[in-house]
Amino acid sequence: MVIGSFEPTMVLAILPEILLVVLAGLILAVDAIWKPETKRNLGWLTAGGLLVVMVVSFLVAIPQGQDRLIFGGMLRQDWLSFSFNILFMFAAAITALFALDMKGVGQKGEFFVLMLISTLGMSLMASAADIIMLYLAIETTSIPMYILAGFMTRDDKSTESGFKYLLFGAATSTIMLYGFSLIYGFTGQTNIYQIALSFYNLQFPKIAVIGSLLLILVGFGFKISAFPFHFWAPDVYEGAPTPIAGFLSTASKAAGFVVVLRVLVAIFTPSVAPDWINMLAIVSVLTMTVGNVLALVQKNIKRLLAYSSIAHAGYILIGVVAISQLGLTSVVFYLIAYLITNLAAFGIVVTFSQVVGSDEISAYSGLSRRKPWLALAMMVAFLSLAGMPPLAGFVAKIFVFAAAVKVGLIWLAFVGVLNSIVGLYYYLTVLKYVYLFRSDDEDKPLTISRSYAIALSVLVFGIILVGTLFGPWFNLSTKIASSLF
Amino acid sequence: MGFITNNILSIILFSPTVVALVLLFLPQGGKKLLRWVTLLGCLIPFGFSLLLWFSFKADTPGFQFETQTLWYGAISSSFHLGVDGLSLTMVLLTTLLTPVAILASFSITERVKPYMILFLLLETGMLGVFLSLDLLLFFVFWEVGLVPMYFLINQWGSEKGERELWGGRKVSARTYASFKFMIYTMAGSLGLLLAIQMIGVSFRTYDLTKLFSLFPAVTQLANIPLNLSLETVKTIAFWAFVIAFAIKVPVWPFHTWLPDAHTEAPTAGSMILAGVLLKLGAYGFLRLVLPLYPQEAHLYAGALAFLAVMGIIFGALAAYGQDDFKRLVAYSSVNHMGFVVLGIAAAAYAAGSKDAVLALNGAVLQMFNHGLSAAAMFFLVGVIYERAHTRNLNDFGGLFPLIPVYGGILIFTSMASLGLPGLNGFVSEFLVVRGSWPIFTVFTALSMIGLFFTGAYILKGIKKVLHGPTNEQWVGHITEINLREIIVISPLMFLMLWIGVWPAWILGVINSAMQVLFKG
Amino acid sequence: MRFPILSVIVLTPIIAGMLILLIPSDRKNVVRYVALAAATIALLLSAWVYFSYDISISGYQFIEKYNWLPQLGISYYVGVDGMNAPLVLLTGVVMFTGVLISWGIDDRPREFFAFLFILASGVFGVFVAQDLFMLFFFYEIAVFPMYLLISIWGWIKTREYAAMKLTLYLFIGSLVSLVGGLAMYFGSGKNTFDMIQLSQANFSESFQIFWFPFVFFGFAVLGGIFPFHNWSPDGHVAAPTAVSMFHAGVLMKLGAFAALRVGIMLLPVGAQHWRWLILILALVNVVYGAFIAMVQTDFKYVIGFSSVSHMGLVMLGFATLNKDGLIGSGIQMFSHGVMTALFFAVVGMVYDRAHTREIGELGGFSKKMPWVAVAFIIGGLVSMGMPGLSGFVAEFPIFMGVWQVKPIIAIIASISIVITASYIIRIIGRVFFGPISEEFDHHVGDVTIKDKVALTILCVIMITVGVYPSIMSNLVSSGVDRILSLFGGA
Repeated sequence: MVIGSFEPTMVLAILPEILLVVLAGLILAVDAIWKPETKRNLGWLTAGGLLVVMVVSFLVAIPQGQDRLIFGGMLRQDWLSFSFNILFMFAAAITALFALDMKGVGQKGEFFVLMLISTLGMSLMASAADIIMLYLAIETTSIPMYILAGFMTRDDKSTESGFKYLLFGAATSTIMLYGFSLIYGFTGQTNIYQIALSFYNLQFPKIAVIGSLLLILVGFGFKISAFPFHFWAPDVYEGAPTPIAGFLSTASKAAGFVVVLRVLVAIFTPSVAPDWINMLAIVSVLTMTVGNVLALVQKNIKRLLAYSSIAHAGYILIGVVAISQLGLTSVVFYLIAYLITNLAAFGIVVTFSQVVGSDEISAYSGLSRRKPWLALAMMVAFLSLAGMPPLAGFVAKIFVFAAAVKVGLIWLAFVGVLNSIVGLYYYLTVLKYVYLFRSDDEDKPLTISRSYAIALSVLVFGIILVGTLFGPWFNLSTKIASSLF
Repeated sequence: MGFITNNILSIILFSPTVVALVLLFLPQGGKKLLRWVTLLGCLIPFGFSLLLWFSFKADTPGFQFETQTLWYGAISSSFHLGVDGLSLTMVLLTTLLTPVAILASFSITERVKPYMILFLLLETGMLGVFLSLDLLLFFVFWEVGLVPMYFLINQWGSEKGERELWGGRKVSARTYASFKFMIYTMAGSLGLLLAIQMIGVSFRTYDLTKLFSLFPAVTQLANIPLNLSLETVKTIAFWAFVIAFAIKVPVWPFHTWLPDAHTEAPTAGSMILAGVLLKLGAYGFLRLVLPLYPQEAHLYAGALAFLAVMGIIFGALAAYGQDDFKRLVAYSSVNHMGFVVLGIAAAAYAAGSKDAVLALNGAVLQMFNHGLSAAAMFFLVGVIYERAHTRNLNDFGGLFPLIPVYGGILIFTSMASLGLPGLNGFVSEFLVVRGSWPIFTVFTALSMIGLFFTGAYILKGIKKVLHGPTNEQWVGHITEINLREIIVISPLMFLMLWIGVWPAWILGVINSAMQVLFKG
Repeated sequence: MRFPILSVIVLTPIIAGMLILLIPSDRKNVVRYVALAAATIALLLSAWVYFSYDISISGYQFIEKYNWLPQLGISYYVGVDGMNAPLVLLTGVVMFTGVLISWGIDDRPREFFAFLFILASGVFGVFVAQDLFMLFFFYEIAVFPMYLLISIWGWIKTREYAAMKLTLYLFIGSLVSLVGGLAMYFGSGKNTFDMIQLSQANFSESFQIFWFPFVFFGFAVLGGIFPFHNWSPDGHVAAPTAVSMFHAGVLMKLGAFAALRVGIMLLPVGAQHWRWLILILALVNVVYGAFIAMVQTDFKYVIGFSSVSHMGLVMLGFATLNKDGLIGSGIQMFSHGVMTALFFAVVGMVYDRAHTREIGELGGFSKKMPWVAVAFIIGGLVSMGMPGLSGFVAEFPIFMGVWQVKPIIAIIASISIVITASYIIRIIGRVFFGPISEEFDHHVGDVTIKDKVALTILCVIMITVGVYPSIMSNLVSSGVDRILSLFGGA
């Protein structure tokens, strides 16, 4: 990796990020100009713009040949950053489509701008190869999110969620920063790969390495909602506007995981791997278990999905713990599968609550008779979360468990299995309400606007596609994973 | 023509089933059509068995008209049929009695179609037992015969009467009788099933023709349970076979299902039950027990003879004590079949000797004869029951002047049953006694006492029904035996007379088979 | 390019299910006829496969193999041999008759048939799978529709509880086997899920002895092995008729077959080590199941427990690991499948008209539905193992096989025959004969032509196999030979 000087091609590499900024500015401008009636189209504009950016990325930014560091070692251009960029933009586009019709949200340009900035931050998180850049990226992601969570200012719950998110996030990122500073102090480097070299060569006392690792993990753990940094998630998800909750639980979490992978694999593997593997395994078990068990008693679907997201973070951590080619591949694959699945789940919640106005699980009674297709989409999403074939979640879980078995962590695979069963229980319970229970509102029509229909169809199709023809996706994940090393 | 001779046994065996299938498609309401189709259909196997009889070469040893095809190859069981003198006699009996019974069933008016179908399936089951030369196939047909008989008793049996089950629950008498019949027989065959499995596992074949030579000489069996000796295992298997057949014959004390079953069954059911089904048990003794277990049979022949004599004596005594005419005839079956078992026991003890052959001849002939006379007796009981709606002997009295033709037939049949010289019963009983006397003198002597009581109950029956002062209630209320019923009983009476006067035609066939079968 | 008949069989139901979902929900008859058409296709094709299988060549036939994920050695790999061809046919039969029996479902038939067909595809897929991943994939597909089918269309009193219990139980079982399967995948060092290659992997003895229980018992849960059979009676009773037919008739065979295919065939040394445990547990199934069936007062529970008992015979046959026992198990899976489908169909017909299943309240139904009574009697005789019918053809070799291993077990197991006979006779007598209560006399009518057709098909099959066993035994025998060759010709 040559930390060279500036090359023009580097601009091409970050063209997507630049375009994101441009798009954000465009939205801001258009928001000022457009009349309120046409403001609905802001969402379409955002989604369309993101689509354009994705296309441009494919044309220009695909990594060729060697993975390389660019911009003085700030960023790394490789398959990991490229693919996750695409994913984050996809998630943002879907979220925009879901947010379109939300009152007080979808007509405000600021909403989309903030979302785009956050997306930019996530892209940078995925590409960051320098701890300063990393910190910047994390903050760029989080700060807009704090605002977005509390976007519905008239809603107490939303305000509370935004505030809680801010406090928690600020606290944890401070601790993380301290960890970063310690590392700089030890090694004198800020580039992740240089740091890795230093750690390898200079043989620091273990306590130092572990200590700084722990501090960093505080920040990362918050981002991926792992135990014991998961406490914010249920309240924040419940209070935030539902599309944001969806975005948070998928893209933001994925970004967090990407960072975890990069940092852990690059810096901490050679010297201290065995220690943190055991530690992470415990964290994984606790995360899964806490998430699943607490989901059992939820009556609010957003809270249930929040705890479910926590549990899924636990499953993903199994793959991280099984640090190997297959392990990392399975993590990436799981992230892809989980992203589309959870977006779909939250998207259905958005669609439903728009019409019915309630997020209680019991409100979903009789949905299958009222709007069979929506119920079917919900079934697909929830069964994918549960890990049933032929859906994406099934394959993802198998790969993660396989990774664990391969490195001999059979007990961990069994814990994962047991947790899946608990998970199945509450997912099926929700479906029970949808399919079995009746309600008086069954005959009332449930209109779904075009944006929702498009978004949900794409997602459902994706879930089934990834679940059946998983070959290409697995290959992609392998490629991505190998770029970590 | 060649096809027929090559497959004559299959034709005889399956033609009743084919007729049953035809019946399936006939309309339910057309009772006349159903009855006549069944009757004519039954005459087909009868005709073929006559053909078989005349084509059978009595002098040639071994099985004739053998046919063997693939059936359950995976466990080495084949569809293997064949006749020798013994089975031929039984086949003739079956195919003769079935049309007779069907003709007797013309008075059934309810649910004629299922009744007829069941009867035909029953006939196939019984024929299958007699014709089978494969042990597993034998067992299959053995069990197959149970189901139609169960339903015949259960659904068309006598409507009156109640019995109490355990727990105080009351069920109709026919339900009780059919259930007891079914469970008793099935439980008995359980041991048979296990023994057959053991044989199949050890020899990897169920073909009787092979087993006859392999089994008695066996020195090692596969997987003996609980590390018992070969002798013990063979003895246990012997008793498993014996018990299964003993229940069917029935041998005292395994006979307790019989009085209920025979009494509660519909007339034609009783005819076949007593006429043929009991012979299945005796046939099992002759075809399987004696050839496969010659040593054990020899060892326990005395016990068997003892039981036979008990059956003769107690059967007769019990018959004497009955008030129900049908139950009397039922116990008479126990009595008469006792002679069959005595003959078999004698043969088992002294296999190969001239006396043994005589005893066997007697036994087999007794099987045939009892078939005729029991069927006839039950039929006659049925005739009077249909008119009087009672079977209680005390209700009758002095009916001879009112129904003289019936009376004459009843006396004739009873005499055959009693063993009057000149009629068939005498020939077979004499042969059995003559054959067993040198072998089991004491037992044979005791059985003579039984014969004495046989006469007693027969005469009691006749007296109570026909003689004495005429019971007023029947005057003008009882009709004579009609033409159909006379046609039913005529062939039976004819054969009773013919065998009694000139038994050579049948004894010849039987004798040649017995001589070859048990050479000791 | 050969016609991919197995894939067509596997995918027809699920594609039909998708098509059915597109039909507007008020066009119920269109839904039913599309379902019937799909079921007919599946039945005809599966019969074709069954009868065209060439026994002289034996081995796997009608093979199709496509790469799914070459890096991990996952492929879409199907084929039939003597053991699974009868089961494919069984599924086709049960699917067809199930559609006929379900004709009367009036509450959202569209969703009903769609879910039922997803289930059917899953089942077909498992039976013909030659790739371990593919087997799990389709296995899970077969598990979750049960939840919806039972909880939505099942018996109101217990459906939610039974559906959840069943789904969780089966899911646990399958995941436990999954871990075992993954262990085998990694342990073989061959980087393939191809089961034919895995069967030659020569796993170490300790590996096999450790992993066999996970794999075998994980699948055997679905086969109803004691003490994991608890989901079965409740599940059977709560399910709507066609689902019970599928459940007892096919799904339990899925578990048993998978236990055989993955457990016994891939880990033969492990199987030999653990066979005594399986023998004992299966024996408990057989005897205990029969005893419990005898004391039930609900008609459907009797049948449910009798399934537990008969599946015990299947597993008893497996545990013998000899030719006779395995042949018997193979035929018993088929015979019991047909028989129990018939039983549940009859129970459904009685319940639909009488609205009660309490034996004490029923009676005399042969007057109202004579065809059904006869069919049930035939089924009952098969259940008792009456010679001349398929039950005997199946049970006899199993007993022969057990006799060769431990005669005392055969003797104990044969007690169940008598118990079975007694409760079957009791049920027939109480439900179909005897006096009929006043209200039933007025309200109860006969069954439809479709019902009769379904019952007739099932009866004819049982009689045919009973009268001419070689129609099935030769095929199964060729499959068994292959299994035994894995044991070094035991």
